[in-house]
Amino acid sequence: MQIVSALVSVVGGLTVSFLLYFALNALVGRFNTKWNARLLPYVFIGPVLVLIALFLLYPALRTIYLSFFNATGQRFVGFDNFTALFSSGDFITVLLNNLLWILIVPVSAVAVGLAVAIFSDRVGPVREKIFKSTIFLPMAISFVAAATIWRFVYTYNPPGQAQVGLLNAIWTGITRGDPVPWLTIDSGKLNSLLIMLVVIWMNAGFAMVLLSAAIKGVPEETIEASRIDGANERQAFFQVIVPQIWTTVVAVFITILITVMKIFDIVYAMTGGAYGTSVLGMEFINQLFNFGNPGKAAAVVTVLLIAVIPVIFYQVRSYRRQEALR
Amino acid sequence: MTSTVTPTPVTSTPAPTTSTTIRTTKPKRRITLSLVLLFFAVLWMIPLFGLLVTSFRYRVDATSTGWWTVFGDFFGQDWTLQNFVDAFVNLDIGTNFFNSIAVAIPATVLPIMFAAFAAYAFTFMDFKGKEVFFATTIGLLVVPIQVALVPILQGYVNIQNALGIQIVGTFPAAWIVHSAFALPLAIFILRNYMATLPVALIEAARVDGASHFMIFWRLIVPMSVPALASFAIFQFLWVWNDYLVAFIFIGNRDPVLQQALYSLLGQYGEGWQGVAAGSFITIIVPLIVFFALQRFFVRGLTAGSVK
Repeated sequence: MQIVSALVSVVGGLTVSFLLYFALNALVGRFNTKWNARLLPYVFIGPVLVLIALFLLYPALRTIYLSFFNATGQRFVGFDNFTALFSSGDFITVLLNNLLWILIVPVSAVAVGLAVAIFSDRVGPVREKIFKSTIFLPMAISFVAAATIWRFVYTYNPPGQAQVGLLNAIWTGITRGDPVPWLTIDSGKLNSLLIMLVVIWMNAGFAMVLLSAAIKGVPEETIEASRIDGANERQAFFQVIVPQIWTTVVAVFITILITVMKIFDIVYAMTGGAYGTSVLGMEFINQLFNFGNPGKAAAVVTVLLIAVIPVIFYQVRSYRRQEALR
Repeated sequence: MTSTVTPTPVTSTPAPTTSTTIRTTKPKRRITLSLVLLFFAVLWMIPLFGLLVTSFRYRVDATSTGWWTVFGDFFGQDWTLQNFVDAFVNLDIGTNFFNSIAVAIPATVLPIMFAAFAAYAFTFMDFKGKEVFFATTIGLLVVPIQVALVPILQGYVNIQNALGIQIVGTFPAAWIVHSAFALPLAIFILRNYMATLPVALIEAARVDGASHFMIFWRLIVPMSVPALASFAIFQFLWVWNDYLVAFIFIGNRDPVLQQALYSLLGQYGEGWQGVAAGSFITIIVPLIVFFALQRFFVRGLTAGSVK
C-alpha cells in the first residue's frame, strides 16, 4: 500500500510541475509578440525565483535580521551578538578552523580529482573504469556511513588492548609506542586535519567526475596540433588542456569551497565539534540547540554569509565576461 | 513532450583520425601512471574495505582483533551473514527502501527540470534583472540548510492552519525543500554547460520560427543530456544520503533508510559489525545509479565547446 501511495505521489508531483510550465507558457503565448518576448523569460525563471525566494532568500534575510536580536528574539541588541562572538577565544578558533578547511580541502580534493582524471585518461578503457569507480565510490556514501568508516579507522583502545583501528595499529606497529586517541589531539590541528581527510576522500570523486568529463571534451585536434608544433606531454597539458578545462576547474573548486564553508554533518558525526574541531556550521547548531540562543546562532550564519561575498563577486564577474564573449 | 532524447551529436564530429589516437600512451608510461593510480585507489579503498570485512565478522572477533588479521588465516575465520540479516530487519528494508525511493526520485527530477528552464533563460534570453537574479542565485549557494529549517517548518504549519492541507510529514514537503536547495548549484552547473552550446544553432532555430519552449525541449534538453545526467547523479546521491531534511519534514511515520541507519549508529556498544552491514546495504542503490548513468560522462559535460 505504501508503495502505491509513494508511486502515485511521484507521478502526480512530476506531472503537476510539468503542467505548470506548460500552462504558463500557453498563457504567455496569448499575448502579442512584443509582450510575449518580454514575459516569456519570467515563465522560464519564475517558478525558480519563487522557490528560491521562499526557501532560501527569506530564511537568509530573516537570519540576518535575527542576528541583531537577543536570545528570545524580542529585544534589539545591535551588534552585541557579534561582539560577543568575536571576543570569545572559542569563536576565533572556529574561524581559524574554517579558514584551514577552506585553504586545504578544496585544493586537495581538486588536485586528487584532476590527477586521477588525467592519469586514468591514458591507461586504457578497462583500467580507467576501475580506477575512476574506485575514487568515485566514497561519493555514494552518506555522511552517516562515512563517519562510521573513518571513526573505525581512527578508533582507539587503551594501551595493552588489541588495536582494531587501522591508524593506531599502524602507529603502534611502527613506533612501538602507546596508541593515540587521534580525534582528541588538537595540537597542530591534527584532529581537524584527520576530519578534513574524510571530506577530501568524499569530494575527490566529485571533482574527478566533472574534470574527467571536461578533459574528454578537449578536442583531440588541438592536442595533436601542439604535438606537431613540437610540444612535449607536459607543455601540451599546461598550454593546451589546462586552459580549455579551466572554467570547469574553477566551477568544481567553488562548489567544493562552498560545501566546505558550510560543512557541519561530518564534524558533528566525528567529534561533535569537541576538542577544538568546531566549524561555523557546527557552531550554528551549538548556539541554537545546546545554548538555546537563536540570536547568536543567526550571527554565526551571518558571518558565513559575509564570508561568501567575494565568491559571489567573482562569479558575477566571470558571468559578465562570458556574456560579453558570446 | 515526445522529444527524442537521443543525444544528438552537438557538432559534426570530425572524421576520426585513422592513426593511433593521442590518448594512447607509451607502454612504459602507462605502467607508471597505473601505479600512481593504484596507489590512490588502494588508499581510497582501505577504509571501506576494512568496514566490509568487519561486516562479515562476529562481534567477538570484530572487537578483539583488527580486521586485517583475517588475512593471516582467511579460511580459518568464523564468517557470518548474520549482521546483514540483522541489518535488513533493523533497517526495515521492505518499507523504508520505498520511502527513500519516493523521496529521492522527485527530489532529483524536479530541481533538474526547474533549473534547466532557468539556466536556459539565463543563457539564451535577455530580460531585465538578469544579472541580479543570477548573482542572487549564486549567492544563495552558500546558505546552510540549517538556517532555513525553522522558517520553512513554520511556513508549512501556517499553510496547514490556513488551508487545512497537511504538509509536514508528507513526501512533497521534503521534495520541495530538496529541490529549492538544489536549485542554485543545478542552475550554476547547467548554465555553465549551456553557455558552451553554439548560439548560432539556437538563432537559426529562432529564424525558422521555433518558439523558445520548442527550442528548449527539442534542442537544448537533448543536447544537455550529459550535464543533466551528471547533475542527476549527484542530486540523487545527496538526496538518497540525506538525513536531516527527511528527519525534519517527513519524520518517523515514513522514515527513509538514512534515518534507520542513524538509529543503528546509536548502537556502537554492540560493536562495529552491525553498522558496517547496514552501511553497505544503503550504498547499493547509489552505486547502481552511478554505474547505470556513467556512460553519459564518457563524452563529457563540456562536449559542446567544440566550435
